[in-house]
Amino acid sequence: MSGAHARSGQVKEAANMSNKGEVSATTGHGALVLGRDQGNRWLRYAALGAVALVMLYPLLWLVGASFKTNAEIFSSAGFWPSRWDVSAYAKGWKTSTEYTFATYFLNSFLITLPRIVVTVVSCVMVAYAFARFEFWGRKLLFSIMIATMMLPLIVLRLPQYLVFREIGWLDSYLPLIVPSAFATDTFFVFMLVQFLRGIPRDMEEAAQIDGCNAWQLLWHIIVPLLKPAIISVVVFQFIWTMNDFMGPLIYLASVEKYPVSLALKMSIGATEEVEWGNVIAISVVALIPSVAVFFAAQKHFIEGATSSGVKG
Amino acid sequence: MYENKKLGFLFVLPFVLGVLLFKLFPFVMSFALSFTQYDLIDPPQFVGLQNYRELAADDPLFRKSLGVTLLFAVLAVPLRVGFALFIAHVLNFKLRGINFFRAAFYIPSILGGSIAVAVLWRFVFARQGLVNLVLARFGIEPIPWLADEHYAMWTIVLLFTWQFGSAMVIFLAALQNVSISLYEAAECDGASRAQQFWKITVPLITPVIFFNMIMQMVQAFQEFNGPYMITEGGPLHSTYVLALYIYDQSFRFFNLGYGAALSWVLFALVGGLALLSFWSSRYWVFYSGEKETKR
Repeated sequence: MSGAHARSGQVKEAANMSNKGEVSATTGHGALVLGRDQGNRWLRYAALGAVALVMLYPLLWLVGASFKTNAEIFSSAGFWPSRWDVSAYAKGWKTSTEYTFATYFLNSFLITLPRIVVTVVSCVMVAYAFARFEFWGRKLLFSIMIATMMLPLIVLRLPQYLVFREIGWLDSYLPLIVPSAFATDTFFVFMLVQFLRGIPRDMEEAAQIDGCNAWQLLWHIIVPLLKPAIISVVVFQFIWTMNDFMGPLIYLASVEKYPVSLALKMSIGATEEVEWGNVIAISVVALIPSVAVFFAAQKHFIEGATSSGVKG
Repeated sequence: MYENKKLGFLFVLPFVLGVLLFKLFPFVMSFALSFTQYDLIDPPQFVGLQNYRELAADDPLFRKSLGVTLLFAVLAVPLRVGFALFIAHVLNFKLRGINFFRAAFYIPSILGGSIAVAVLWRFVFARQGLVNLVLARFGIEPIPWLADEHYAMWTIVLLFTWQFGSAMVIFLAALQNVSISLYEAAECDGASRAQQFWKITVPLITPVIFFNMIMQMVQAFQEFNGPYMITEGGPLHSTYVLALYIYDQSFRFFNLGYGAALSWVLFALVGGLALLSFWSSRYWVFYSGEKETKR
């Protein structure tokens, strides 16, 4: 820990030293200051690199450890396994249940994909209404939306469970998907509204003059303009739904319907005789879809996420 | 067309239904449930304030859990927000490779909620885990991170802090809006970089600091996966946060009325703290738009 401490000290120093350089570098005068900035620049890189390494090393270590033997996992802090052994992947994939992780991944996708579709459709519609229409109660509804973003979901879990139990939806994916069809993931609505507000209305006005109706406007003008924000919604919802644990934990009872998150938890349920190597290997596999989606859409995604917070 | 009120309402209708069905109705229902005793088998029985009286008067586990939750929030929220602001500040220079670092710092915040990362955390902080193996190289005795009640809290606080990326990108966007001319002026007047940070950067982005603090606070009070998976609330309930207690009472012991009462205490706590923050924000949050109108 003391090492990390020293490092964060370095970061601070680097940050402080660099401020001046930045100011003049971006405004284009003061070559002398710029020269001094070069040294600081490397210091800053070193500091950022060190923090990034500390943060990401555990993830790298996880990948390396998935090829190690059980004994090596608990004795080596290094990334590189002494022998590349893929048997943990094969064993972990098979699981100790009658299903393989192929089933659990399929289940995860069966929850995630429909949920993404209904989320995008409902959130885009609602955001369109908030950003482009005047209707009675608009301001009030918008405030309600902001308020529900701060509502701790845990308060709602129990009654929602009772309702879904009453209508016989327990042990199905419906409780995990249907609410999203009603734009209940208000974070996304907010994000899309903020994005739409930043888009000038010229194109819509032109299309209106050409005789487009509201639905045509939505489909031909708004949706294409919103594409970057919609990508963010898709990526966020994909990762969050793949990660979701409490929802499936509460609503699903039969193992055959478990998504990856629950199956992974189950694999370390019997802690004592567990082959840790298998658990690690499957954890790596479980992270792959989210990491892949993140890198595929990285640029749009971070920008979309950003636009939600600040312009408000 | 945009004045077409019926059409606008049609588009917003899913949201109205969603709020009524999946937010407002459960919200009211959970309030009603908190005055009952209900075990899913017999119909709910109205018991008045008994649940609240019980948790206030003779439930040591609730008191423990409340303390743990508050401690977690007090440690985790400032650490996450502070770290996010600090890294955003360092990144807010036209560095080559900023995209790489931004992505690198962002990854933990998207993966952090997953069970796989909770598994990873158990290995990182196991007795012979990654952290202790690294410490051993510096000749430091292994620390029983997960087995000692004084250290266990730190493992979940660190997990929460580790996911500072989403707050960081929001800070970054805000910092990029701060006008460079302000720094130039300060520079001319001989302000140090530390002064520039505290006297220019921080005051100008107080709305964003406020936004991040509130959002992270709401999240911190609901933290579940970490304590559930990594420490299982232990040892000696030292990481037994309210979310975990609510889950246990509601879905394991099926004391649904009591679980509802607990969740309302959590709600009141978060709501109260949010109101307090909004009230206090008058004194430390400055919106640049407002100042201009006053002038």
